[in-house]
Amino acid sequence: MRDGVERMIQQLNGEMPTSAERELGLSRRVFLQFCAGVAATLGLPAGAEAAIARSIVAKRRPSVIWLHLSECTGCTESMLVSEHPAIDKLILELVSLDYHETLFAGAGKQAEAARNASIAANKGKYLLVVEGAVSTKDGGIYCKIGGRTATELLNECAKDAAAVIALGSCASWGGMPSAQPNPTGCTGVSEVWKGPVVNIPGCPPNPYNFLSTVVHYITFGRFPDLDNQGRPKFAYSRLIHENCERRPHFDNGRFAEEFGDFGHRSGWCLYRLGCKGPETYANCPSALFGDAGGGCWPVGTGHPCIGCTEKGIGFEKPIHSLAELKFVTSPAFYPHIVEEQGKGVSVAAAAVLAGGAGIAIGAAAAMAKNLGKGSKPESKPAPKSEDSTDGEE
Amino acid sequence: MSLTRRKFLRGTAVAGAACAVAGLAEAEERKEKTLPPKAVGLLFDSTLCVGCKACVSACREANNLHPEFNNGINLWDAPLDLSANSLTVIKAYSEGSAENKDQEQDGFAFVKKSCLHCVDPSCVSVCPVSAMTKDPVTGIVSYNPNNCIGCRYCVAACPFGVPRFEYNKTIARLRKCEMCKQRQAEGKIPACADVCPTGATLFGSERALRAEAERRHQLAVGERTFFPRKTVGSTDTYEKRAPRYDTQTYGLKEVGGTQVCYLAGVPFAKLGLPSLPEKSFVSTSEKIQHTLYKGMIAPALLFGSLLFAVRRNAKADEKEDE
Repeated sequence: MRDGVERMIQQLNGEMPTSAERELGLSRRVFLQFCAGVAATLGLPAGAEAAIARSIVAKRRPSVIWLHLSECTGCTESMLVSEHPAIDKLILELVSLDYHETLFAGAGKQAEAARNASIAANKGKYLLVVEGAVSTKDGGIYCKIGGRTATELLNECAKDAAAVIALGSCASWGGMPSAQPNPTGCTGVSEVWKGPVVNIPGCPPNPYNFLSTVVHYITFGRFPDLDNQGRPKFAYSRLIHENCERRPHFDNGRFAEEFGDFGHRSGWCLYRLGCKGPETYANCPSALFGDAGGGCWPVGTGHPCIGCTEKGIGFEKPIHSLAELKFVTSPAFYPHIVEEQGKGVSVAAAAVLAGGAGIAIGAAAAMAKNLGKGSKPESKPAPKSEDSTDGEE
Repeated sequence: MSLTRRKFLRGTAVAGAACAVAGLAEAEERKEKTLPPKAVGLLFDSTLCVGCKACVSACREANNLHPEFNNGINLWDAPLDLSANSLTVIKAYSEGSAENKDQEQDGFAFVKKSCLHCVDPSCVSVCPVSAMTKDPVTGIVSYNPNNCIGCRYCVAACPFGVPRFEYNKTIARLRKCEMCKQRQAEGKIPACADVCPTGATLFGSERALRAEAERRHQLAVGERTFFPRKTVGSTDTYEKRAPRYDTQTYGLKEVGGTQVCYLAGVPFAKLGLPSLPEKSFVSTSEKIQHTLYKGMIAPALLFGSLLFAVRRNAKADEKEDE
């Protein structure tokens, strides 16, 4: 992948864009900072930020259809209040947002007409972003937009889309609406639409993870590498536990036992309070959850991670139930069951010991044989083995 | 030395009689020991252990032990094995790709090493000065440095290799887990069980712990159940699916039973817990000893043969004198 990306960067690099200021209403510095941030989030090699900058100002502006299904609009809200400079501007001006219920000025038939017009005009070229789960129970009557069920809308919009992005945990696998007992039969986009889907789970997902995925697509014409759950690897390949700022407390066995106890106030590990970091893949510790700024991610504020990015964990496991470690990584090492220490007995040492034992036995026998004889001063000189006997006596 | 034959014989006779009286009192049948009435213990469930080593550092704090460095980087507390400075250690079994917890093949598992507090402890039996004692009520095997003569018979006798000697000190003691008896005296529980975040190390009355172990064996794999933390029967519990337990509870029968028992998902031999006979070594060795000394057979034989040798030699000497 690396080679391909580098080749593309070379192709795309040329003169640095100067039109960003005019087109996006951003200072050149702020714009380039954004491009560098995205390139860093994606883990792209040096030079990628320039390629990204060129692609963004190029007049491509892919059309985006943004569907809202069973959800709370939190993903959109999170995107809009993102504190990084002008992300809202970029998402609005970098792409042509042709249909977005929350941000649309128009409503009703007018909005639906815009969607149909965009699909017809950009057949096979537009991006479909789905926010929210697909409600399927009872013929899909629990979520209808313009008289159409979620399933109908999704299939219709996805059919001609260049790519489908499921934004948020609800779209990724069902999320909160699919929590037990799941009365509306909510499920993820990939369960209904069988084509390729990029999942950006999170409740809400980090806007940077979404933007970086989109920018990667715009720049290189394809999505970044995905894991087996369709999540971009740059953001979801590491357990939260692996990069957690509280990890040293875990490794030293310092656990907060209750909210407000000494350990909790001291910033100790939240594992015992039910932190799902050890079984949740996300870049929250490094990119910070929700892009809300320094320290402001759940674990940073003292609440255990609920595992919102992980299917089967978030909204399924009780928030304060104990996580199961996916695997154990530790900078401290574990001793093996049998640790070889020191060396075994050498032949010479064994020979010396055996010799000593032989002398002792011989001496004891000789002593017993001569018991009572020693009382006479004029007795004959004792044999050699007897000497050691006398010494022992 | 000048010893007449008469004096010598008189002396041996007196000594022999004294030994016989003393020996008869002790030479009774050695019975298998059973759990003391209020036996306390620990239950270590390897399937619950996540290898956080909270027990290791809590043990250090509770027993004034310092970190131990062995990996060349003197930054992390990394005891290799039990030592006079590490009364409990977490060790890891791993095989193949070591991807799956509590699996024998391509898996890994943790085990906590510490004194097992045998029901019939070898260390207590071999100690010539009663420095090792087993509490008749709680069953805690403890050590009194004031009695100890440093012979280290206990080190050699322990089937689990637990007692460790302070070889690096001039006035050395022996060190082993004493189940935080000083904390128990204050009404607290052993430090390792107190800090364990998963309840992998559980403290409680030994009978309750054995019942808990049996309860876990009865669970169907994957069944949702509650696991207590700190003490058996505590209200501090959490819900989890029952793991697959591979074998029986270790410590119910091994060498007459131990008060620290083990549950695991991999065979115990893989975790360094040896396969041991049900009969305690102590009952065998003490039976041999008691039999030998029963009715003063062994001393009588010894003194008889010595007497024979003396008589023979003395006779020869007397003849020479004449």
